[in-house]
Amino acid sequence: MMISYPPEILVLAAVLIPFIGALLIPVFHRAPNLREAVTLATAGALFLTVLGLLDPVLAGARPEAMNIVVVPGLALAFKVEPLGMLFALVASALWIVNSIYSIGYMRGNDEPRQTSYYVCFAVALGCTIGIAFAKNLFTLFLFYEGLTLSTYPLVTHKATPDAIRGGRIYLLLLLGTSLVLLLPAIVITWELAGTIDFTPGGILEGKASGAVIGLLLALYAFGIGKAALMPLHFWLPAAMVAPTPVSALLHAVAVVKAGVFTIVKVVVYVFGLDTLRGSDQSAWLIYVAGATVVLASLVALRQDNLKKLLAYSTVSQLSYVVLAAAILAPISLIGAALHIAAHAVSKITLFFAAGSIYTAAHKTEISEMKGIGRRMPWTMGAFAIGALSMIGLPPTAGFLGKWFMLTGAMQTSQWFAVGVIVLSTVLNASYFLPIVVTAFLREPDDNPHGKHGEAPWPIVLALTATAIGTLALFWLPDVPLALAKSMLER
Amino acid sequence: MTRIDVIQHLPSLQVVIPLLGAVLTAFLRRGTLAWGLAAVVTWLMPVIAGALLLQVLQDGPISYHLGGWPPPWGIEYRVDVLSAFVLLLVSAVSAVMMPFARRSVAFEIEGDKQAWFYTMYLLCLTGLLGITITGDAFNAFVFLEISSLSTYVLIAMGRDRRALLASYQYLIMGTIGATFYVIGIGLLYLVTGSLNMVDIASRLGSASVEQFQPIVVALAFLTVGISLKLALFPLHVWLPNAYAYAPSFATAFLAATATKVAVYLFLRIFFSIFGVAISLDALRVFDVLLALSLSAMFLASILAVYEQNLKRMLAYSSVAQIGYITFGLSLANQNGLTGSIVHLFNHAVIKGALFLVLGAVVYRAGSVKLADLGGIGRKMPLTFAAFVVAGLGLIGTPGTAGFISKWYLALGALDKGQWPLVFLIVASSLVALIYIGRVVEVAYFHPTSEAAEKASDPPLNMLLPILALAAATIYFGFFTELSAGAASKAAQALIGGLK
Repeated sequence: MMISYPPEILVLAAVLIPFIGALLIPVFHRAPNLREAVTLATAGALFLTVLGLLDPVLAGARPEAMNIVVVPGLALAFKVEPLGMLFALVASALWIVNSIYSIGYMRGNDEPRQTSYYVCFAVALGCTIGIAFAKNLFTLFLFYEGLTLSTYPLVTHKATPDAIRGGRIYLLLLLGTSLVLLLPAIVITWELAGTIDFTPGGILEGKASGAVIGLLLALYAFGIGKAALMPLHFWLPAAMVAPTPVSALLHAVAVVKAGVFTIVKVVVYVFGLDTLRGSDQSAWLIYVAGATVVLASLVALRQDNLKKLLAYSTVSQLSYVVLAAAILAPISLIGAALHIAAHAVSKITLFFAAGSIYTAAHKTEISEMKGIGRRMPWTMGAFAIGALSMIGLPPTAGFLGKWFMLTGAMQTSQWFAVGVIVLSTVLNASYFLPIVVTAFLREPDDNPHGKHGEAPWPIVLALTATAIGTLALFWLPDVPLALAKSMLER
Repeated sequence: MTRIDVIQHLPSLQVVIPLLGAVLTAFLRRGTLAWGLAAVVTWLMPVIAGALLLQVLQDGPISYHLGGWPPPWGIEYRVDVLSAFVLLLVSAVSAVMMPFARRSVAFEIEGDKQAWFYTMYLLCLTGLLGITITGDAFNAFVFLEISSLSTYVLIAMGRDRRALLASYQYLIMGTIGATFYVIGIGLLYLVTGSLNMVDIASRLGSASVEQFQPIVVALAFLTVGISLKLALFPLHVWLPNAYAYAPSFATAFLAATATKVAVYLFLRIFFSIFGVAISLDALRVFDVLLALSLSAMFLASILAVYEQNLKRMLAYSSVAQIGYITFGLSLANQNGLTGSIVHLFNHAVIKGALFLVLGAVVYRAGSVKLADLGGIGRKMPLTFAAFVVAGLGLIGTPGTAGFISKWYLALGALDKGQWPLVFLIVASSLVALIYIGRVVEVAYFHPTSEAAEKASDPPLNMLLPILALAAATIYFGFFTELSAGAASKAAQALIGGLK
């Protein structure tokens, strides 16, 4: 049915649907059931629309939509390429699951201001799709800032002093880095290349000296603060004050993935792999990303708060993607693209589980979770699958990305990168496995909260679905793999 | 009189109608009636200005000889793209704000003084439009004084007794500025024997070397004089108090228009008089201007961060934003100048919206002290939504008018080969993020304060102008034919004339 629409219309529809949803949600402010129905319908419509684009894109089409020229050189325009397709597909699919989860969580915890919560969520998703489908750096930048701004009220949702402070760090760091570093990078790119359109093979070939390329790469790498490269990572732990569904979808999928997605996109479509390799100015990024992978894991090792641990694990996993991009081998970039998808489904599962425990047992610290797997087998079962994927063990999605990255690093003899991946796998195992062991094998303490079972069914349904997704991606990686491969075609 | 005649006389009508309106308003007693008259006059202005801009874009500059006396002896009204653009800007922003005035002025000013307020407002508008349209340097001085004198009265009408002091402070500084300006014009007259701007420029070109010294001195006097009027750092000290204690509508009107017209005069003096005749690069005047602009962008922004009174905070922000405008001017290239001129426009829209929001806050909550405004964003949702949008424009996030300005300014800096300047532009907008973010935090996330408790969105005739300007902030972030398009043409004309 959907396929019968021309792809150009679908592109426009995909960007607009979440915003239309955001306008409709407040209409049903007084009827929560209808309001949530609108969210679910919007999420469903978005997913189907994005899905309708998959076949044309796999067949080699690059549908475009809209072209508002703001000033010469700056245009609001969309164009779907394979990497953006993959990102949009993952984000829109997980939005459906996350909406189901949100309903259970927000009602289960009696959260205030739910209408504005769902509105901001829809806007954030709209911005995510805008980032995924951006034809040029300006459009991407526009929605990148929109994503920061629309998620800020979600981070400060609880309006406690902690939440306000977390929000302040979030806003200052993300807007700050993008305004001070990313914007000049875009301006300089325009001045050098005379275009800021994403183009296969890059736009900077032969346009700038090696030193300028190196400077630009630094501006992009740190200007895209959402990728959480150390030392600009600390907004992510600060953002953990948000309600768990926000952490799950936005801070494990939409926001941070927008960051690493942008980095991969800039490396592939702005610099071009050949230009970067030729310039010899990108080696430092391997070290920075590698250091982030290891250091963030070391910090995660010492966390007792589950959400904090997951946040640092996210910082570490994001830098895998940056590392893979910095290796500059085509196969490692395929790994980067796969890891964006794999980490998304697995990390959202882990956050869902953390929120499930909070809702059912009101526990946030790992030390309090002894034996909790016996009361909440579904939750902790899903958690175990997510944890395996984080470590990168088969049969989970996390294995795929790591495998390609490792192959790429070995092919290009990047032994530092190989070392980092191996070391961090050990580290990941040493902070995820003890949680699973604690949950299933340790005897529970006397429980002061009385008896509790599983969380409300929408929560369990959602986390089961993403856990299945984590396994499914391992067995059926054809679509993401095909998209990742065609990303590198000129 | 035929229709053709009216169109021919549009340049003089642009100034004569508000002048007559001011006189008529002075005879009225009731505030509402005076508002009605002022509103009708104000709403006519953008119609005339729009017609002039269209005419100029089609047929090139208009030269109108007042009373039929040809220049350089008679006074010439000269409308080119730049002046038509500024005319439209001043009159359109005033027209959008006008509905706001009725309740705000009725609330803040005693009944028997309201008609006087509108008289002074119309006189000020006359002066501002006059400065913009005239091609005669001395005539510009006359209009400068008309606008300044009426501004002193407007400020003094503020509720707070400190308004008197603020007005007096501005009176002293403004008078010094006007004196400097007239001394500069006098020196130019000494050298060239002319007061017509185009004529002065052509006569300066043939000035001999021994006449060079007085020309430089004249430029210095004019620069300092106008810098006082446009509140260029460090000559800005009169502005924060004047904006803080003037009636809310007067603040919004002045912030959106008065400094913009002073910048216009700056552009004229630099690019249409001196730039045509002599090489400005040799005098390094742009280097000085660049240094002062950067100081304004940073120091004034930082002062804004520490300000508790929101009107003063926005006033310091205005000083910083004027820094952006003169920054682009000092680059003196196509992109930089476009950025400067388009920021005139964008900042007028953005700052107009922000000051109107504060006017609404005064109307509903009675205070603009940050400490009194906890939770007010929840009580005045539409008003503060507009504040957030305009605030984003001030920061210059993409999708707002402010971004367009910054884009051109950054390109201008790169064109000059000064890439570190790009980082200074964006770094100072980070400071704007801090002072706007601070207000957002208090307005949305702090517990509701006593003053905010009873507040709600203002009545429609106050709310609509606010929302219109906020919408314009977004509109001109995407559709820039009217803003950046015209600014680029104006910049081209100015650059083209440079020696």
